[in-house]
Formats: sequence, C-alpha cells, structure tokens
Amino acid sequence: MAERNGMVEKRGSGLWLTHLGLIIGVAFIFFPIWLAFIASTVDQQDIVRPPMPLLPGDKLFENYGRALVSGVNAPVATMLLNSLVMALGIAIGKIAISLLSAFAIVYFRFPGRKVFFWLIFLTLMLPVEVRIVPTFEVIANFGMLNSYSGLILPLIASATATFLFRQFFMTVPDELAEAARVDGARPMRFFFDILLPMSRTNIAALFVILFIYGWNQYLWPLLITTDPEMNTIVMGIKQMFPSGDDFAHWPTIMATSILAMIPPVIVVIGMQRLFIRGLVESEK
Amino acid sequence: MATLKLDNVKKSFGKTDVIHGVSIDVNDGEFIVIVGPSGCGKSTLLRMVAGLETVTSGEVQIGGKVVNDVEPMDRDIAMVFQNYALYPHMSVFDNMAYGLKIAKVSKDEISERVQTAAKLLQLEPYLQRKPRELSGGQRQRVAMGRAIVRKPAVFLFDEPLSNLDAKLRVQMRLEIKALQRELGVTSLYVTHDQVEAMTLADRMIVMNAGVADQIGAPLDVYANPATEFVAGFIGSPPTNFIDASLVDGQSGRIGVRPEHIELSDTGRITATVGYAEALGAETLVHLRASDGSQITVRQDAALPIPGEGETRGLSWADENIMRFDASGLRQ
Amino acid sequence: MEKRVTFKGIWLPLLLVLPQILITAVFFFYPAGQAIWQSLFIPDPFGLSMQWVGLGNFEFLLSDPFYRASFLTTAIFSILVTVVSMGVALYLAVLADRLIKGSGTYRTLLIWPYAVAPAVAGVLWLFMFNTRVGVVSWYLGQLGYDWNHVLNEGEAMGLVVVASAWGRISYNFLFFLAGLQAIPKSVIEAAAIDGARFWTRFRTIVWPLLSPTTFFLLVVNIIYAFFETFGVIHTITSGGPQQATTILVYKVYSDGFVGQDLGSSAAQSVILLVIVSILTVVQFKYIERRVHY
Repeated sequence: MAERNGMVEKRGSGLWLTHLGLIIGVAFIFFPIWLAFIASTVDQQDIVRPPMPLLPGDKLFENYGRALVSGVNAPVATMLLNSLVMALGIAIGKIAISLLSAFAIVYFRFPGRKVFFWLIFLTLMLPVEVRIVPTFEVIANFGMLNSYSGLILPLIASATATFLFRQFFMTVPDELAEAARVDGARPMRFFFDILLPMSRTNIAALFVILFIYGWNQYLWPLLITTDPEMNTIVMGIKQMFPSGDDFAHWPTIMATSILAMIPPVIVVIGMQRLFIRGLVESEK
Repeated sequence: MATLKLDNVKKSFGKTDVIHGVSIDVNDGEFIVIVGPSGCGKSTLLRMVAGLETVTSGEVQIGGKVVNDVEPMDRDIAMVFQNYALYPHMSVFDNMAYGLKIAKVSKDEISERVQTAAKLLQLEPYLQRKPRELSGGQRQRVAMGRAIVRKPAVFLFDEPLSNLDAKLRVQMRLEIKALQRELGVTSLYVTHDQVEAMTLADRMIVMNAGVADQIGAPLDVYANPATEFVAGFIGSPPTNFIDASLVDGQSGRIGVRPEHIELSDTGRITATVGYAEALGAETLVHLRASDGSQITVRQDAALPIPGEGETRGLSWADENIMRFDASGLRQ
Repeated sequence: MEKRVTFKGIWLPLLLVLPQILITAVFFFYPAGQAIWQSLFIPDPFGLSMQWVGLGNFEFLLSDPFYRASFLTTAIFSILVTVVSMGVALYLAVLADRLIKGSGTYRTLLIWPYAVAPAVAGVLWLFMFNTRVGVVSWYLGQLGYDWNHVLNEGEAMGLVVVASAWGRISYNFLFFLAGLQAIPKSVIEAAAIDGARFWTRFRTIVWPLLSPTTFFLLVVNIIYAFFETFGVIHTITSGGPQQATTILVYKVYSDGFVGQDLGSSAAQSVILLVIVSILTVVQFKYIERRVHY
C-alpha cells in the first residue's frame, strides 16, 4: 500500500479510536476460532460442564492425535488427504482446461467459436447446488460414487476460469504474438514460451481461489461419499455429531475443525498479495 | 541481403479497400521509408511484407521469390515494433536469442551472435535484465538487437521511435541510420514523421489514403512534389497554398514553400501580418491573404520583424512556383 | 473486442477446447437439461415409471404453502446476511482506510474467515450457541435469557444469519477497502478544504464513489446467501425448527435426497436456475459497463 498524504487522516485520540474499532472487529472475527482452539486443547469434561475455560488446556496433543489417527468414523488424516486431492484436482484441472480453451478462443478463428463462447457464458456462476439431483445421477451411472473423479469433475464443469483467462489474454499486446510469429514460434510454442509465463500471477491468484473453493465444498461430497474413507474433512465434521448433539465429543470435533481450517488459511495468508490482486481484479 | 519487390499490392478488409495498388523495386541494401499520416495504410503495407496480413492481390517478392503465402518466420525478415513487443518475462539475452533458439541454432553461435549485437548496441551491461528494468531508449535497442541477431534479408521497422521523447528520437534516428549503413541490410521503415523520413531514407514512399502518391529520393520529393498532398505533407512549416485566381487569374492552386517567399512593400499579392514567431536563427511570420487563407513566411532572423496588423506584399521567384490542378495533381 | 493477430488452423483449436467441451457437456449441460426434463414428470410411488405432468410440478410448487414459505425465508435470510456482512465490512474498511500505517496488518487478520468453509463456520457458531455446552448461550442464561435455537424460530434464523455473514465479512472487507483506496485522495482533501466534516464527506463523496463496488457486492452476496450457505444451515439447524431456516437450496436437497420427490426437486432446481440466471445477467450488465469505463 502506498504511503498516503495524511492531511485528512485522524491524529491523536481519533487514531486510537480507529484502532479500537478495528480491534473490536478483529476480536469479533477471531472469537469463534479462539473458542474452537480452546475446546480442542481441553478435556470433554471441561466442556460439558459449562462455562468452558477461555484459556488453553493441556490436552492439545492428545486431542489432535486422537482425531488424526482414529477420528470418529474415519481418521481425520485420511479426510485431510481426500480434501487435499479434491482441492488440488479442482484447482489444477480447472486452470489447465481453462487455459487451453481460452487460448483457443482468443488466438484462433475456428468454426463454432461463437457458439462455444456463448456456452461459456451460460455456465458462468451456475453453482453445482442448482443441478444437484441430475448431476448425482450422472455420477452414479458412471460408477463414480466414492471416487476422486466423482468429487472433482462436476466441480470443474464451469467456465469462470476460462472467462478470466480470456479477459487476461485480450490485454496481452497483439505485437507480442506477432513478434513471436516473426521469431518463428508456432502456436503451442507461443502458448508455452510466452503466454503461460506471462499469466503466472493470474494463474497463482486463481489457484488460491479455486483451492479454497474446492477445499470448502460441502454438499457435493456429502452426497457422493457414502464411504467414510472417502469423506472430505469439511463434510466429515458434521458426520462426527451423533444424532443428538448431547454426546458429541467436542474436543475431537473442534480439533478437526481447526485442522480443516489450517490448509486454506495457510494458502490464503501465504499468498495474500496474489490472492487479493486476483480476487479484486478478476471479479471486478 | 536481398532485393524486395512489391507488384501492384492491394489490400481490402471486407469491402473496404485500404491499399489501392503499390509497386516498388527496392535494391539490395536500400533504406526505404514509408511516410504518411495515420490511417493512410503505411503500417498495413509493412505488415503485408512481414506476412502478418494477407495480401489481397498483387505480389510481394523477397530475394526474387514470391512470398505471398509464406509464413513470417520463413520470409527471412526481422521486425522492430512500435511498442517494441519485448517478451516481459525474459531477460534481454533471452529476448534476443528466442528466434535463434526456435531455429535450433547452436548454443555457442546464439551466444556469439547476441554478444556481437549487444556490443554493437552498447547493451552488454544489461543482458541479464528484464525489459521493465530498462529505459525507453534501451528497450528500443533490445528490439533492434532482436532483429539484428537473426541476420535477416530485410529489416522492417514499424514506427520504432514514436514512443521516445524528442531528444532521444533524434539520437536513435542517427544510430539506426549508422547501423543500417554498417550492416547494409535492405530496410523498410514506416513513420508518420516527415523529418525521420527525410533524414533516414535513401528513397521514400509518400502514402496518402492507400495510394503511393510519390516514390523518390527525399530531396527530389521535397523539391518536386508530385501532388498537392505531398507538397503539404513534406516540409515544415508546410507549403503555402494560394488560389491561383488570386495571383494570376488562372484556375487551380499554386504552392510556395515558406522559405521561398519574401516580404516586400509590393509583391504578387498582399497580406495582413498576424503574429511572428522569432525562433532565434529564423523568424516565422504568419499572414492572412485577402481571401482569408493562412500564409507562413520563413525569413532570416537578421531581417526586420513586421508589426502586427501591417499590410505587406509577398513576392517569390517563378521557379519556386508549384502549380496544382483541381484534383491536386502537379501541372 | 477481437484480437488482430490470429494463428491459422482449425483442428488445433478444436482439440484445445475439447476437454472443456466434454466435461461441461457431461457434467453441466446434460444434468441441467435433465433437471428441466424431470421437472415435467412425476414418478409413480414405486419409482417404476414417470408420468408426464407438464407444468404440473411448477403449479403445485407455487401453490404449496411450504414452498412459498421457503421463498420468503430465503428472501429474509439473504437480505439479512447481505446487510449484516456488508455493513460490518464497510465499517471496518472505512476504519482501516483512515490508517496511514498498519491497515495491511488488520487486513491480514481480517482475511481469515474467507478461508473457513461455511460448514466449518456453522460448527463454530453452533458450538458457541449450543443449548447445553455453548459459552455464549450459558452466559445468556446467567443473564436470564433462555437461548434455544433448536426450538425458537427467530433465534435459529438469527444464528444462521450471523454465522453466514461472519464468513463473508473478509470478502466484502477486501473489496470495500480496495474501493476506498481507489478514491483519489485529492477529492477527499478538496472536500475537507471546502469544510466538509468526516460524516459529510462520507455521505456526499465517498459513498457515491463507492457505489459500483457496493452494487457489485450486493449481487455477489445475494448469490452467496442463496447457494453457498447450505453448509451453514445443514450443520446448525438442518432447516428447522419447523422449516424456519429452510432456504430454497436446502429444500432442493431435502425434497430430492431425503424426501425422494424427484419431480418437485427438479422443478425447484429449474426455478433456482432462473433466479441465478437473472442475477448473473444483472451482474454482467454491470461488468460490461465497467469494461467500457
């Protein structure tokens, strides 16, 4: 962020009020996460006799170890792996097919190009939730229930990423492609040598967004993974609650919730700059 | 090294004709400048030679071979683009080497050719930098270097200096000319700047609305413009045009260059002095003739500067009269 | 908008778009077509055959008080989620924008919930308000307020709204902050010199200049509230009590998978499809306009 002229900025007590306001906001944001963390470090007995403590206990390793190794229905380590495969599959798969098709519609004139472009528009933002029943039937007919391909493929069947890459390719100066042609580069060579390296930041930003999108899926894995060994961690948490939540084992559940947050938080915080740029620029 | 020949080359986009048939024989090693206002078709003509636009009709020959249907990479040309078109993610070295790598030139030879070009262009200290770390002039040189290393038969320049500031433009203009002399490569250079055209060209093509109005050596074109457009476009300040009826009762218009008019008490016509620009070495006097047309006179700074509102006579020698008919052609 | 340069060839580009065409056809257009087709039938009680009913499913739905109630629930839920999350986000963004230094730190802290899945957010809030062990509900009890979202419809709605809005604050905050920082400082300074105090400046200059961002977020948040909050509702209330938190997407799921009423579920899908299409068109009209700015 650029240094800005502070002429209209508040000073003195106003500045402290501004900080105070923000700190209250941060506290509101973090309170649920903090409580979950506390619950994941204490004993079940500390929770079922309210009020629960507000500072960490000494059962951290015990709780996380139990969750990771045995969990409730399936080891959380397995669910983490499933989530990782799903999120990576969605992010990488969608980016790959979108790059190729965006390259085709921007740099070639081929029969059906207009039709294809309109099909892309049709798929924009139509979430899987809307066509959930028939999509489930398709997956069931293909025998893809309880499989990674079943988890991944329906969620890469939309063209948001294609649209974003198209927008980006349109801003690449025409002269670069011409220079590459004069230099003797054929289409795929231009794609790999020039276009792909130039798209690095867009690809990285989109990767973050799609990784989070894939990791945080809930309804779809809930429907097609009936085998606990195939559960993803986000949908697996709810499966840990018994029919009535009175006997829920809260330390395990909260440890799992924290584990479910860690990978996406690392990705978002670690790639913050790229992510914010990608988010704010791509969606505007 | 090669000759280049355009034979009645035409271009149309759909039903719109943008180039109406241009022909020229370019000698080996010759520097040809295509000059004209924006939208006259000069860039399109160059891009057809490059193979970036298809030729609607007519022939383009490089080194005696018709290349109408040959891909740009196989035409033995190199091109310098207006915005340089450097690959932003590659170093200066890689930018220059890219075409050679694709052509599967050996590593040693690539390195040698890039080093030679870098030396020629004083780019040696910058070979590992990215284009965004270079100044405008340096980027310009990298673009030139990329063209040089390929040792092409023909250089194509598409307004290569228009993104530079005025001072740098003059300097790079001289460098390009010196470089082309040294390498002796046939060159085709597009610009809208008539000063660049005058200083760089062995011969120039003055384009107007898709037609080559005149092809010739710069001084010949200046002295003997073929059309009213050429007379007005080449030269700064531009040629004065006066209705012939005002001067000698004939039809059409006559053109007289500003430096060929003298202010006197009586003259061929009279005009009212507007304002005068004293530039130091010379003075430009702007006047208004009786029919309202603007006339500019360029006189030596030593001569007295007339006062605003004075009426003065304008006189010029017969040999400096350029007479044009109603359609703009030289009579 | 077209590229001037193109490469030659027909088979290469077709090959390039093929993966996307295949996946989209099989997993997008075919199911969407199926949803439309199924919405015109009802299965017999044994699931052996389908009976053509034309628009019967739609007529039935639109006269079904439960479905109408779900429509109203969705409207209330979406409006509340959008207003709460955008309001809090705008408040925080305005504060962060006033800082010369340190707004980056707050941004890093406030970005967290974006990474938290709606379903996980649901579990976190459920834990705080759990009627037996929840910390917040226990302290409310000490204050004499008997919190019970399992029975109380209003409390259930309030809880899913807050949990959904909480997860959305980061996203809105990032956009509002970017929007605020894009407003030229000279405009604000000119207003300050004209004597406008903070609140006047905000009302007459900042808010109007921020309106493109606000409008964009409005559409995106409504879409979010409509579709992506399924996880929150499923984990906290499962649509209850007495369907008080059954939004349209939840009803598609519960009728289709729990109730096995495929015709009705498909018809509901089609209605959702129409709603989301309208929202998308609205958004694209807006994006097109932006492109020309």
